[in-house]
Amino acid sequence: MGDLQIRMPSGARIPFSRVPVDMVGVHERADSFTKRSIKNESKLGALYASLTMLDLTTLEGMDTPGKVRQLCSKARHPVPALMHAELAKLKKQFQPIPSVAAVCVYPSLVPYAKEYLDGSGIKIAAVSTAFPSGQAPEDVKLLDVKRAVQLGADEIDMVIDRGAFLSGRYQKVFDEIVKVKDICGEKVHLKVILETGELKTYDHVRLASDMAMEAGADFIKTSTGKVQPAATMPVTLVMLQAIADYHDRTGRMVGMKPAGGIRTSKQAIHYLCMVNETLGQQWLTPDWFRFGASVLLNDILRQIFKQVTGRYYYDKAFSTD
Amino acid sequence: MAKQQAQKNHKNAKKRSMPPMAVKPTMVKLPKGSNAITPSKDKHKWAPTFEFNYAPAPEATDFVKIETRQQLFIDGKFVAPKSGKYFPSINPANATQISEIAEANEADVELAVSSARRAYDKTWSKLSGKERGKYLFRIARIMQERSRELAVVETLDGGKPIKESRDIDIPLAAAHFFYYAGWADKLEHAFPGRQVASIGVAGQVIPWNFPLMMAAWKIAPALATGNTVVLKPAETTSLTALLLADICRQAELPDGVVNIITGAGSTGKALLSHNGIQKIAFTGSTDVGKQIAAAAAGSGKRLTLELGGKSAHIVFEDAALDQAVEGVINGIFFNQGHVCCAGSRLLLEESIANIFVQKLKRRMKQLRVGDPLDKNTDIGAINSAEQLGRIRELVAAGRKEGGDFFETSCALPTKGFFHRPCFFDGVTSSSTISRVEVFGPVLAISTFRTPDEAIQKANDTTYGLAAGVWSEKGSKIHKTALGLKAGVIWANTYNKFDPASPFGGYFESGFGREGGRHGLLPYLEVR
Repeated sequence: MGDLQIRMPSGARIPFSRVPVDMVGVHERADSFTKRSIKNESKLGALYASLTMLDLTTLEGMDTPGKVRQLCSKARHPVPALMHAELAKLKKQFQPIPSVAAVCVYPSLVPYAKEYLDGSGIKIAAVSTAFPSGQAPEDVKLLDVKRAVQLGADEIDMVIDRGAFLSGRYQKVFDEIVKVKDICGEKVHLKVILETGELKTYDHVRLASDMAMEAGADFIKTSTGKVQPAATMPVTLVMLQAIADYHDRTGRMVGMKPAGGIRTSKQAIHYLCMVNETLGQQWLTPDWFRFGASVLLNDILRQIFKQVTGRYYYDKAFSTD
Repeated sequence: MAKQQAQKNHKNAKKRSMPPMAVKPTMVKLPKGSNAITPSKDKHKWAPTFEFNYAPAPEATDFVKIETRQQLFIDGKFVAPKSGKYFPSINPANATQISEIAEANEADVELAVSSARRAYDKTWSKLSGKERGKYLFRIARIMQERSRELAVVETLDGGKPIKESRDIDIPLAAAHFFYYAGWADKLEHAFPGRQVASIGVAGQVIPWNFPLMMAAWKIAPALATGNTVVLKPAETTSLTALLLADICRQAELPDGVVNIITGAGSTGKALLSHNGIQKIAFTGSTDVGKQIAAAAAGSGKRLTLELGGKSAHIVFEDAALDQAVEGVINGIFFNQGHVCCAGSRLLLEESIANIFVQKLKRRMKQLRVGDPLDKNTDIGAINSAEQLGRIRELVAAGRKEGGDFFETSCALPTKGFFHRPCFFDGVTSSSTISRVEVFGPVLAISTFRTPDEAIQKANDTTYGLAAGVWSEKGSKIHKTALGLKAGVIWANTYNKFDPASPFGGYFESGFGREGGRHGLLPYLEVR
């Protein structure tokens, strides 16, 4: 657990503490959130909130403008207007289904997303820095970011250089994040993907989280979704605890996004309990917490409709995408 | 170029006012309304936060039927007490009566002991270990089948959160029966080179903090080793022991092998002083344990005592701090602190004391105190009005002596017996709150400078039941553990129980072990 030296943007060399994480303890505490029983009005509130925190994603080689159009349409109205009207007639206190937080695409699809989301208030997140591997020369990765920002992305999801991290070249990892944040500036939010499935140990995840925040990340994110395991409750807890300590030390809030592996509303609500009890209510907004999930959306809709109408709608009641 | 740009950008980041992580972080106190918290400038349209309150999530109780009047269980039947007397059993969550419990007098004790004796002579000692094991397996399985009922009754009777009864108490109780069922036919291999034989009738008295689990810890090894028992549960928590009696009946356990007699102190005294028993097993307070030891002296009865504790919870500076906070919370607030091995003395390495206490406070504020039947409750009711009074008395005494007192500010239910989780910071080895067992959600915090000093302070007590050590350095844990005079030592965890693991203390925490191969010894003659 020796200290390592990181050169800060100011030029000063600072010993960077490694915070140890006990795996068994983390698993136990993460598991305790799955014992929380959230019912009735709390459940409905949590379901709506989860929906507003969703980032819908399409990150495939075969993405086309048509695919992006479909995704953006679902993002804007998860439920068709007619269904809305019918439900409002049925239950007077029915709250309209909100749109999701953001849509996440490869940079070349950003212009199409911009067109299809125009006027909706939904953010456009672009993955970059040679997503998902990050294995490209630095200038190429930075150009990737620059172009994505030029094309109109509101948020950039970058990947850290895991090769550099695991071979101890921490300065490179740190500097890259600083440079990407520079390109983003104040207006474009930077999410730093740690790819926890490749970092493996919680000690590494904690170190990477601390480094990312110190380097200027606005959000820290677990995964690209291309590597298993993606987000888990324990790994998310480690990152939330890192955020809490960083906030104590500096007063700056950093957001968190677990991505991949959250399929059901029940899981989503357990994550919200975890954020609530680790960071507090302040973080329970799309400004500071996002779910990177796609299948989750329909399960949330199904659960909302069940809470409001008392019945489970069968899976064909909601469009798949 | 990039470096200059970076420097320019970050020069303006006034929010980052603290030194980077050269120093272990200390809490930054932010003035109210400071700009340190920066909501994003491009706010989304929906509400900024949603208030996440957990709605009530009560466990269903409609499937549970508790008789208004309970009887004694003697010789395989439920019978009325010869005394004709009954006393109320109170639900500590709302101070209402849930049942009436029979008060066994000396005549009932005589009947129970002679039934146990007859069952031992005529039936139980004649069975092979394999046959005894079958009964124990059957009891264990039926406990699992009726686990929900047992969990709900345990919570109603004793006040512990349903989350704990359901996930810890009942499963562990069943596990003890499964474990000792396995030993029943392997006793000749338990002590290689030695012959073993059962003793006879065991008189057992148990406390109210883990009613069913304590009953399992007593009955399972006794039966596995070929003995019969007469057990007296605590007067405030008799219901699950009586359900266990019903389970024994359901398992068709031969009459008289297990007898449950209920009552208070006088019943217990009558049982343990009865000359028809060959073995005494007692779990409870050190004071009563001393009386029992004195009374048993010279009687020829075998004796084991599992008494109180004031266990030390040591956190070194190289511990995983967030997880250590969880461990400390679990160590003292689990089961409202009604745990003999509770980590009630926190010893912090002085260099991390401040930050640890800050984290502890923040974590304590998340603890939900309330209706034990609510699935989200973390801290339930104190077991009785008397116990609540004792805790309050000790807390008042502690506050008089000085030290920083901290208590969470959650609302408490208007009815029932409840106490908020709290701690005394800056106490010393000579403080009342460091010496006396509170048996409640009260933590005593003090500091140490070196591992040697930690060991010395941890051992500076009349008790010696358990201890916890937190460090990421394995060699430090081993060295510290070797120096601690405690029967159970947990490393980077706390309050972990397993039927295979022997449990018991040094000094005034008692003698004898329960669980594991060691747990067979008190119930055997080893030749």
